[in-house]
Amino acid sequence: MLLDVAKRDALAARIANLSIPTGGGWLGAARAEALARLLAMGLPGKRDEYWRYTDPSSLTTAVPPKTPLFATDNELMPFSGLDRLKLVFIDGVFDAVQSDDLALAGVEIERLGIAGRSDIHWAQSLYGVLEARGQMPVERPLSALNSAFATDGVLVRVKGNAERPISLIYHSNSENSDAILHHCVSVEEGAEITILENGPAGARFNKVIEVDLAKGARFHHISAQGRNHQCRAVTHIFARLAEGALFKSFTLTANSLLTRNEAVIELLGDDAMAHVAGAALGDRNFHHDDTVFVTHAGQRCESRQVFKNVLKNGAVGVFQGKILVKNGAQKTDGYQISQSLLLDGDSQFFAKPELEIYADDVKCSHGSTSGAIDETALFYLRSRGVPTQMAQGLLVLAFLAEAISEIDDNSISDLIRAQLEGWLV
Amino acid sequence: MIEIKNLHVKLEKEDKKILKGLNLSIGAGEVHAIMGPNGSGKSTLSYVLSGREGYEVTGGLVMLDGVKLLDMEPQERAAAGLFLAFQYPVEIPGVSNMTFLRTAVNAQRKARGEEEMSASEFLKVVREKAKTLKIDVDMLKRSMNVGFSGGEKKRNEILQMAMLEPRMCILDETDSGLDVDAMKLVSEGVNALRSPRRSFLVITHYQRLLDHIKPDVVHIMAAGRIIKTGGPELALQVENNGYADLLAEGV
Repeated sequence: MLLDVAKRDALAARIANLSIPTGGGWLGAARAEALARLLAMGLPGKRDEYWRYTDPSSLTTAVPPKTPLFATDNELMPFSGLDRLKLVFIDGVFDAVQSDDLALAGVEIERLGIAGRSDIHWAQSLYGVLEARGQMPVERPLSALNSAFATDGVLVRVKGNAERPISLIYHSNSENSDAILHHCVSVEEGAEITILENGPAGARFNKVIEVDLAKGARFHHISAQGRNHQCRAVTHIFARLAEGALFKSFTLTANSLLTRNEAVIELLGDDAMAHVAGAALGDRNFHHDDTVFVTHAGQRCESRQVFKNVLKNGAVGVFQGKILVKNGAQKTDGYQISQSLLLDGDSQFFAKPELEIYADDVKCSHGSTSGAIDETALFYLRSRGVPTQMAQGLLVLAFLAEAISEIDDNSISDLIRAQLEGWLV
Repeated sequence: MIEIKNLHVKLEKEDKKILKGLNLSIGAGEVHAIMGPNGSGKSTLSYVLSGREGYEVTGGLVMLDGVKLLDMEPQERAAAGLFLAFQYPVEIPGVSNMTFLRTAVNAQRKARGEEEMSASEFLKVVREKAKTLKIDVDMLKRSMNVGFSGGEKKRNEILQMAMLEPRMCILDETDSGLDVDAMKLVSEGVNALRSPRRSFLVITHYQRLLDHIKPDVVHIMAAGRIIKTGGPELALQVENNGYADLLAEGV
């Protein structure tokens, strides 16, 4: 397909400032293929159907809009105090000084740039591979741009039960940084890992995580973005599940200017389970977009999408969620719910739930609601002496509870809840 | 304790008068009951006193211990010692009973300039009080009233009352939806809270609740006013003869 001139020029401008990191090896080849994909697709524009509710222009400009730094000092990081392996990235570059040693029993961790130099590597069959699969039937050009130009990232191979989570911590010290990170996680048969992410990664952030789950593998992902008011981010998580595998991902987003989180999940083996959940809190010029595409190919698989948005002062929330049940994926159990709590009349929530089903013995449901705070409940709380704002905070927390309860590890969900309480109550 | 003078109330959104010059005075330590036919304005009275939106006070005055009650926000009224046990306690999925209770207790203490209750002290007290009301501690960890039976919801209201230690308690048809045993349990909970410094206004349709919570004074309410006041025997009269005679008298 030929790109129109405008798209071609926009793409040329965007990548003019970027260069494919040198180093050759298997990664060089993968990057070249990703660049070819990107050149064929062009960048997303606001006329594209998939970007109907979210204007991608600030994600595709040649340089990121200047972004004032957010002082995180007075804001408690959600995972502080948790026993975890810390890997720190500053404006998209790994920081060895602040990071722990890349050593975790049963887990191999390598930096992308270093591991990419060799001729043969396990990540060859993953890096850019799931991203490329994810370009059909809907194009996701910003993920191809990521595979081509990612400056850093980690490759994680999990062979047993990781004794503690890997915590990816992002910092930004620059008002102009354009961070592009690409992580790969391969969880081998029966193994289990938890990946945590938090912090503003840069003025603009483009992140891809590719997750390959072998038979019975278990993967937990919790991303908690702080209140980094000015940032822009586009993230993709691509996952492929073999028989009996478990994939769980939860994201917390608060007050950034623009966030587009895409999750693209393929349930290939039978009896696999994938849950994607998110809680977003938006105030003023906040635009948050959860775009999810779940494909059921195996039989008796379960998928859940649970997304909750709390919006005020003109904030905008978007949910685009699709469940595709392929021919033969019998006994599929798919569930999708997207809800918004609109705290005033200025805020907006757009929901586009889609089901596409080619098997005849499946159970799929979806629902979407937008509503105001329950005045009866608010009065009940106030009548017991709880001040209005605090009562509202409790009801907001209650509204988000279903999404937060998707986190399996109670010590982590308690931290998320505590962070939200600190913001709201 | 509470003094209601010539209270006039209409619905905010329509021109419908509900309370039409209601007078009521309850002294410290007293238990008053209000009975009356459906639509007489009993529940409206309880909502207006606790500050629910949707009503407009067009005249009259309510003093709680010498302070103008109607000028205050619902949470301020609560901190000032007013408590309404709801006829239909509200279910709030996602907010646990424990969180709710601790937040409420400490918010009231804070509003009164008192020291907040520590988590351990709170837990100790709540366990004790729950036990006397036969409320399982596991129930307290669950979402506010969600999946509770009618009896459990009402017992939970009384537990809140016991924890918040109000001075003026209004029970709005606390007996509705309760079987005999549950009514006994709830009544015992209420009676345990009776004290010379605490007053009660018990709104009910039936005399049977008043067998358990013995009132000092019984009022009959009709068409937005108190039409007759007497002792406990008035409740028996209603039980035996219905409201018809009293209404005819009142007009």
